[in-house]
Amino acid sequence: MRASEQIPGQVNPAWPARLHVVTGKGGTGKTTVAAALALGLAAGGRRTLLVEVEGRQGIAELFGLGPLPYEERRVAGTPDGGEVRALAVDAELALLEYLDMFYKLGAAGRALRKFGAIDFATTIAPGLRDVLLTGKVKEATTRTVDRRRVYHAVVLDAPPTGRIGRFLNVTAETARLAKVGPIKTQSENVATLLRSPMTAVHVVTLLEEMPVQETVDAIADLDALGIPIGKVIVNATRPPLLTGTKVNQAELRRGLAAAGLATDRATVSGLYAEAKAYLTRHELEESLRVELAELGEPMVELPLLPGGVDRAALDTLAAELLGTQ
Amino acid sequence: MDRILADPGVRIVVCCGSGGVGKTTTAAALALRAAERHGRRTVVLTIDPARRLAQSLGLTELDNTPRQVKGIEADESGGELHAMMLDMKRTFDEVVLAHTDPTRAAEIFANPFYQAMSSTFSGTQEYMAMEKLGQLHARGEWDLIVVDTPPSRSALDFLDAPARLSRFLDGRMLRLLLAPARAGGRSMFSLVTASFGMFSRVVQKVLGAQLLTDLSGFVAALDSMFGGFRQRAEQTYRILQARETAFLLVAAPEPDAVREAAYFAGRLGEERMPLAGLVLNRVHRTTAEGLSAERSRAAAEELERSGGFGAAADALRVHAALAEQATRERRVAAVFTDAYPAVPTVEVAAQPADVHDVDGLRTVGDALSQP
Ligand SMILES: Nc1ncnc2c1ncn2[C@@H]1O[C@H](COP(=O)(O)OP(=O)(O)OP(=O)(O)O)[C@@H](O)[C@H]1O
Ligand SMILES: Nc1ncnc2c1ncn2[C@@H]1O[C@H](COP(=O)(O)OP(=O)(O)OP(=O)(O)O)[C@@H](O)[C@H]1O
Ligand SMILES: [Mg+2]
Ligand SMILES: [Mg+2]
Repeated sequence: MRASEQIPGQVNPAWPARLHVVTGKGGTGKTTVAAALALGLAAGGRRTLLVEVEGRQGIAELFGLGPLPYEERRVAGTPDGGEVRALAVDAELALLEYLDMFYKLGAAGRALRKFGAIDFATTIAPGLRDVLLTGKVKEATTRTVDRRRVYHAVVLDAPPTGRIGRFLNVTAETARLAKVGPIKTQSENVATLLRSPMTAVHVVTLLEEMPVQETVDAIADLDALGIPIGKVIVNATRPPLLTGTKVNQAELRRGLAAAGLATDRATVSGLYAEAKAYLTRHELEESLRVELAELGEPMVELPLLPGGVDRAALDTLAAELLGTQ
Repeated sequence: MDRILADPGVRIVVCCGSGGVGKTTTAAALALRAAERHGRRTVVLTIDPARRLAQSLGLTELDNTPRQVKGIEADESGGELHAMMLDMKRTFDEVVLAHTDPTRAAEIFANPFYQAMSSTFSGTQEYMAMEKLGQLHARGEWDLIVVDTPPSRSALDFLDAPARLSRFLDGRMLRLLLAPARAGGRSMFSLVTASFGMFSRVVQKVLGAQLLTDLSGFVAALDSMFGGFRQRAEQTYRILQARETAFLLVAAPEPDAVREAAYFAGRLGEERMPLAGLVLNRVHRTTAEGLSAERSRAAAEELERSGGFGAAADALRVHAALAEQATRERRVAAVFTDAYPAVPTVEVAAQPADVHDVDGLRTVGDALSQP
């Protein structure tokens, strides 16, 4: 089914969650994939929200914008009227917003901030910080106006695999610190959403050993926590260059001659060494692919796009993700 | 690089760079070479090494002390290689133990805030790496200490984290929380300002009173150690500025990593820390320089059109892609070398597979030592 033919409000069958959490080893393409997914899910005149929580301003950089404030802002549109909004959640402001909601702090809240109290609270208790961040994400995911969802889907550019379990396991972290009170309740609500079919955690990887290892570890962690896994997204893949015919130097020399190229020793042995190294690499990638497939989670591959990631590239990746290219 | 490794005046080599560029690999390869080729009694402090690399260095448990690596080829040179993996929580515990009496320490360890901070505080890992370096240095047992740095996104985190931690420990909040304890006040917050009273009311409501008790207990217990904390961080900082220390920047030939390396080189200059060189890791070079990417691709297409020679066409396509990549990487690396022409640069070729055994480290070590 094409995205544009879907009935508004209905989920995409391939991406049924409402909250898409995108993790992966550092540098594998989390921000890029999250943005592409937010664009893809906005197709068909929908509105999606792309959220970042690490204060990196990665979304702004990707869309070539100035730093995003703690505010939901349109960052991109799709030709059929869809819209991607972005939000850079700031833990301090989220805490103030939260306190305000419960206690109507007003100016006193600002005083607290000036005081360094907020910075202190979120620094000394990183678990608290995570509850605030995920709490904001939950609020956006479930927000309704006139009984209709504000966002068709929320995509979170999440912390890397090394920290994702702890980040999403909010109840465990807060249980240690806050035994009662609204923070505890809040974290329980977040935990319920994160363990429901409304949520899917997607893990981005490259066909390299460490990212694959971290993918395997993260999926085991998340499984143990009861948090639903979405897809394994293999990013920056290259189409194979070798057709599988075995190369030997004699044949290589004849081929070079047939193409009118020099057939000196250096060139022949140079090309031969390159082909062999390529083959080793290729075999390693294949075995990593098998290892990923054995996880038994749905897999999507994205191509390596030469020339970096601009808006056109994001559209290409979005189409690959949604299967609409 | 051999000159640095052989120089008895160089006692510390710090490998830094942005995430995933090869800091740990470089650190291990240099340490191995220093032991095997230069006969130095070397210790390498690794942080979060890949599992298989750790295994091949004999690092099967995380016991936070150096272990000698067996089975290296150092009989001739007389060198030794010791290796360890940083255990951040354990190092933090050691610092606490060193600065306070056992009863106090037990109280601190049991405090939930300590547990949260010692395992997750952003910057703890960097701070503890510095702390461990200080400890190893103080033991004076090694000719050369090679230090890996934590896998943070930004190389600068390593330099900034200790300052961030001590700024935090100096913070206004902390002083306020301590005020009653220092003044000998009976009730925890009796002596502080009205707005702080409000703060504690809010905290009590939101987080519960237990939390506040834990927090003030933690802060009071740590109070006795602040001086020690800061003093040690400053000491290590001075070691990093000393002539016996050489910083090596590791970067992959990718725009982000190279940009980060250039920033870092600037910072080292400001901090007057000695930058010894740039390691450009995982570079791609062709071994058939004479053949351009264009000609190679055109030839592959021609062979395909005329049929036959499938394998040769494949090899030509591989070569074309490699030559293009090499050109792209040279352009990217020039961003650094143009800005810092005086910094010596060495290149390490991308190996077809990951580096996780001693042989692989030797290959990298050889590449690092190419003049
Ligand atoms: N499919 C792709 N093709 C080409 N380049 C890509 C692709 N995906 C990501 N990149 C590039 O790789 C780099 C890392 O991507 P990105 O910033 O999305 O990763 P990340 O996982 O968010 O990194 P970090 O852990 O630092 O947040 C960027 O320069 C990005 O443009
Ligand atoms: N020259 C090389 N050729 C091929 N693979 C390499 C090379 N250098 C490093 N690697 C591989 O790249 C991966 C990352 O290397 P390494 O762990 O040394 O990086 P790092 O900078 O320490 O990463 P982190 O920031 O996560 O600590 C490892 O799997 C390693 O085996
Ligand atoms: Mg990112
Ligand atoms: Mg490392």
